[in-house]
Amino acid sequence: MDGCYIGIDLGSTTTKAVIIDSDERVLGRGITNSRSNYELACQIAREEAEIDARFITLSQHLEQSRSVCEQREELMANLSSYYGLAHYLRQLKALSDDCLGARERWLCSEDEAEKICDALSFIFSEMEKDAPNEFQPEKLSQSDFFRDLASSAYMRHAERVCTERSLSFGRMIGLFDGAILRVENQSFAGDFEDYLEFARLKTLDDPRFATFGDPISTSVAATLNKTFNVINTVGTGYGRLTLPFDKQQIRSEILCHGLGAHFMFPKTRTVLDIGGQDTKAIQIDEKGIVTAFQMNDRCAAGCGRYLGYIADEMNMGVHQLGPMAMQSSKTVKINSTCTVFAGAELRERLALGEKREDILAGLHRAIILRAMSLLARSGGVMSEFTFTGGVAKNEAATSALKTLVIENYGDVTINISHDSIYTGAIGAALFAKRDPRGVMADLEISKLKVKKKAPQKMAGMASVAT
Amino acid sequence: MKMTAENIINRCEELHDDLHFNYVKQWKEANDAKAIGFMPVYVPRELIHAAGMLPVGIMGGGDNMEIIRGDAFFQSYICRIPRSTIELGLTGRLDDLDGLLFPAICDVIRNLSGMWQMMFEGKYIKYLDVPQNFGEQGRAFYSAELADMAKAFERISGNKITDDSLNTSIALYNENRRLIAELYDLRAEAPHKVLTSDLFLLMRASNILEVTEHSQMLRDYMVSIRNSDRPIRDHVRVVVTGAFCEQPPLSLVRAMENSGCFIVDDDWVLGNRYHLDPIDVGDRPMAALIEAYLGKTVATASRYEEGDDKGMYLVNQVRDRNAEGVIFASASFCDPALLDRPMIQDVLTRENIPYTAFKYAENTGQIQVIKEQTGTFADSIKLWGVQ
Amino acid sequence: MNIQVDIQKEDSMLIQKQMIAGHFEKLSKAKENNKKVVYTFVPGNLNELIRAFDMLPVHPEVNALQSGMRKMSGGYIQEAEKTGHSEDVCTYVKCDIGMMKKGNIGPTGLPLPKPDLLLLSYTGCFTFLKWFELLKQEYDCPIVMLQAPYQAEGEITPEMRDYVTKQLEEVVVPALEDVSGKKLDRDRLKELLESSARAEELLVDIWNSAKNKPSPIDAYFGGVFYIGPIFTAFRGLPECEDYYRILKAEVDYRVANKLGPVTPEGELNQQKYRIVIEGPPNWTSFRDFWKIFADEGVVMVASTYTKVGGLYENGFRHDPQRPLESLGEYCLGCYTNHSLPARVEILQNYIEDFEADGFLINSIKSCNSFSAGQLLMMREIEKKTGRAGGFIESDLVDPRYFSAANIKNRLESYFQMIEAKRVGA
Repeated sequence: MDGCYIGIDLGSTTTKAVIIDSDERVLGRGITNSRSNYELACQIAREEAEIDARFITLSQHLEQSRSVCEQREELMANLSSYYGLAHYLRQLKALSDDCLGARERWLCSEDEAEKICDALSFIFSEMEKDAPNEFQPEKLSQSDFFRDLASSAYMRHAERVCTERSLSFGRMIGLFDGAILRVENQSFAGDFEDYLEFARLKTLDDPRFATFGDPISTSVAATLNKTFNVINTVGTGYGRLTLPFDKQQIRSEILCHGLGAHFMFPKTRTVLDIGGQDTKAIQIDEKGIVTAFQMNDRCAAGCGRYLGYIADEMNMGVHQLGPMAMQSSKTVKINSTCTVFAGAELRERLALGEKREDILAGLHRAIILRAMSLLARSGGVMSEFTFTGGVAKNEAATSALKTLVIENYGDVTINISHDSIYTGAIGAALFAKRDPRGVMADLEISKLKVKKKAPQKMAGMASVAT
Repeated sequence: MKMTAENIINRCEELHDDLHFNYVKQWKEANDAKAIGFMPVYVPRELIHAAGMLPVGIMGGGDNMEIIRGDAFFQSYICRIPRSTIELGLTGRLDDLDGLLFPAICDVIRNLSGMWQMMFEGKYIKYLDVPQNFGEQGRAFYSAELADMAKAFERISGNKITDDSLNTSIALYNENRRLIAELYDLRAEAPHKVLTSDLFLLMRASNILEVTEHSQMLRDYMVSIRNSDRPIRDHVRVVVTGAFCEQPPLSLVRAMENSGCFIVDDDWVLGNRYHLDPIDVGDRPMAALIEAYLGKTVATASRYEEGDDKGMYLVNQVRDRNAEGVIFASASFCDPALLDRPMIQDVLTRENIPYTAFKYAENTGQIQVIKEQTGTFADSIKLWGVQ
Repeated sequence: MNIQVDIQKEDSMLIQKQMIAGHFEKLSKAKENNKKVVYTFVPGNLNELIRAFDMLPVHPEVNALQSGMRKMSGGYIQEAEKTGHSEDVCTYVKCDIGMMKKGNIGPTGLPLPKPDLLLLSYTGCFTFLKWFELLKQEYDCPIVMLQAPYQAEGEITPEMRDYVTKQLEEVVVPALEDVSGKKLDRDRLKELLESSARAEELLVDIWNSAKNKPSPIDAYFGGVFYIGPIFTAFRGLPECEDYYRILKAEVDYRVANKLGPVTPEGELNQQKYRIVIEGPPNWTSFRDFWKIFADEGVVMVASTYTKVGGLYENGFRHDPQRPLESLGEYCLGCYTNHSLPARVEILQNYIEDFEADGFLINSIKSCNSFSAGQLLMMREIEKKTGRAGGFIESDLVDPRYFSAANIKNRLESYFQMIEAKRVGA
């Protein structure tokens, strides 16, 4: 098997990993939330990337089977969702065990504790029942982390249970919050083989796929047999200095973003990345090598964090800001991009009777204006331009950016990729591959267990395996 | 159109808001002549005028201009006026100016002159390094500076600056200064009639209007306003200081006034009140210009003051205008104003004059916060009076 | 041999330490020894003139930067801000005012004497005017101002030279005579200027030694740490010449043996990047700041900050034949008195003459004279040299305005960019 290379981008909110092969083809991508434990975040992101790569292998094998080919996508969606379900149930079990296991620390009467136990058991059994529904093939989304999925389901049930049984909702939330922190800081990908086996069996139960027993089993076997010979790993991102890597295996975000953007859009000469903590304007040459860059000055004005602050001020979710701003019919001018001052200015505008959507449109424009000046500082936009980072997912921000770039630099090509969150990790993987020193190091951070034990029936799955 | 105060102020506001300087364009076409821009605070406008050119004061971009390219050149800790000036330049809004003067007011404006040299090659760019030595040595140096500038103006305009033409210009500006002084006196006397926002706009108009036109405007305004019946209000009389370069936005000027303060003196657009006495009209007009600069002028932070009278100019202003307090309104990151402030505050404390201080930017969005502050200041004076 | 070098090395450092300690010792005893004290700035300092009157100079910026290095500046700045100084303005000024309010204890722990004269050399920095206006409010002593007009058009005109010379002759010298109670001894001044010119010759050689590979000196950190300081307070005195002779010998030895400079992390012989740097350093985290560079294998081969006290590489020397005129020219020639296009040219020359891999700008919040326009300078220099520029931000002595993580992050990206350009990806 050919060698492969891994890039890891340890960001302030999410950690991304990308695996490429020696022809610089992307084999798999993985993402997880960064948590407080960076090392674990790296491990999980990498595992996720490896799982992604294995699923791609699976898909390729199925494609070769003439009998499957028509239904391959449907089949893959089924396998993935059952895989996800199995993984979720395993985590849920751990969460439930953790919650109930902490009973002696609850500091309450026996009666009370009994009531809480009952309630918890009920909530988790309800969550388990809901799970298959959450993992319908058509609902699948990689960006939903366990924390988000579990917490919204838990809240839903806990709220009802607490009202019905007159229990303190706050207390129930507290129990969840403690447990999720601990569970989140464990990897459950080790049982990859079990999950996949579960997915295989469940899929074959489906009459639509009943005839595909052989191709599925062969493909699953091939997937499990696949090995990853990691030749080099490079880390980047906000937390890169905390990575357990050698200095030679660390590259700055700027360089990785430049090379990653070049990889995705080879004609790109200018890259703008607006992340949670900083904004970067990068100029690259025809090979993707950085020729100039600028970052926001020492305050975080105009970064993703600014939007978070505004969302708090307006009592909204960050993801709601963009859509609301898009409804604006006129833009209110906001002059402060200082995170602190913007709050005051926002309140002032609201007091003057301006509409929330119009103010929000103004705020988005203000952020992009800051970015425009960084772009100008770094040398402007001369030809193809790529926008990456978390804020690139915000429609109001991209729309303001497009307008301003075209107004100021003419009709240049503007790329906004949905995969842009992986830009840094891709760049890091490419650096890993191109490292002139040819560092040989597998960092042993993946703990995926494959072909080490016989498939077994998994606890907590019986109830859904009908 | 009848020249009511309202009409005049509307016209001024249009001029204030017009960042494309259409007036300059039209004036140049109508007179087949050139225009020279200048940054705050002081330049000898008479010399530009005497060459048959229009002096145009550039005071940033206010709060209505989005800064895109200008920000690219300045760190966050530098004031706003150079950003908006660069933005004006790069967007072609200053193309009608045939030269730009950068008087020595601080290091930011000084360096802006060098930036202009690099960015707008071929234009006449002059860093006017006014002497801070006001004696014989400064006189010789300033004479050379002015002679050099006069030569350049003659070259650009194609007109000779003669003693006669310079005398005529000096007389016109003397008259303009007299009218401005009259306007300031009138406001101090009847601040409910001469709104500070009116005065601010009239002063800003002096940056752009040809001097005779501006003088006529002042006359018309004063005739109209003397006959107005704006109601008397119970406000506290204050002097505003520190706003001599980057100007507060109009909305902030209005907010201060509406918060309960009658502003009875200030230092905005200070260049057109720079000389306290008329400049001599006579045999040696160049020498008179020089003497006027070296001699009796306003005190302001960009003018070195080594004597023991630091702050007394402001104290006298407070006394003369019957003011009850001082508001330090300085642009954020304005070195001259902010370094001056503690010295002046000490003097005010010594003289028992209450004060308050805030910072603004020409595009500040914090109007309410400042209004609250000046309003509270006014209330506290009303309640407790001067100790 | 290394041992010997280390001893030699320590010789120059030890000597300069002693000289500075001796100076502060003299200052602390100035009043009892009837020595008059002149407060004046480093740029455009008239040390020869002051010494010709047998007076002692005090440099407020040097005190401020020393306070920064001794971690005292944060408290001093807050002290000044309590008395109404804005957080927006120069922290040298606030540090100085704060130090004064706290008893005016100098960097060696000895009290500083009050000034007998405030000699304001208004050279290249507008804030100087305000700074001494502020001091004037505090001290009951005369003040005299010397204005060095800005070289806006990139040259010294005869009018500028006349203006400065006349001020010296007619204003500054009489003020010094008044305060000292004696006439200017013009022969003594000539002697001092002759000595200065000799020391200047040595200093230029030392700066130019950085053209060697490896460079035997760090022209920025080493420059401000032990190469430059002696020049300010001692220029014109024999001990200054002696010091530079010793230093020059050390540097020559390092060149001959292909040795790099001594940094806090040891001798920097493996020099990965040769960098030219614009702007003052941060003083509160000076060591950390230096370490960031030393760790990356960076040697600074030329810097502009070390030229605020005088620019000699283009041939200017104090001239005993034209004493006041050359003192005036010296003031006019300080780095911060040059126009932006001229500064671009100076940096461009450094990059080319010293064969630098790139250039960095340390943009200082306090110092608009340096900082305003640096982003345009960077773009121009990149255009003219094809070399990449890096941009970081910090402050002189405000510990609140130094983020090691932020600076490290940018520098790392910057050096990796240079590296990537070298190898091609």
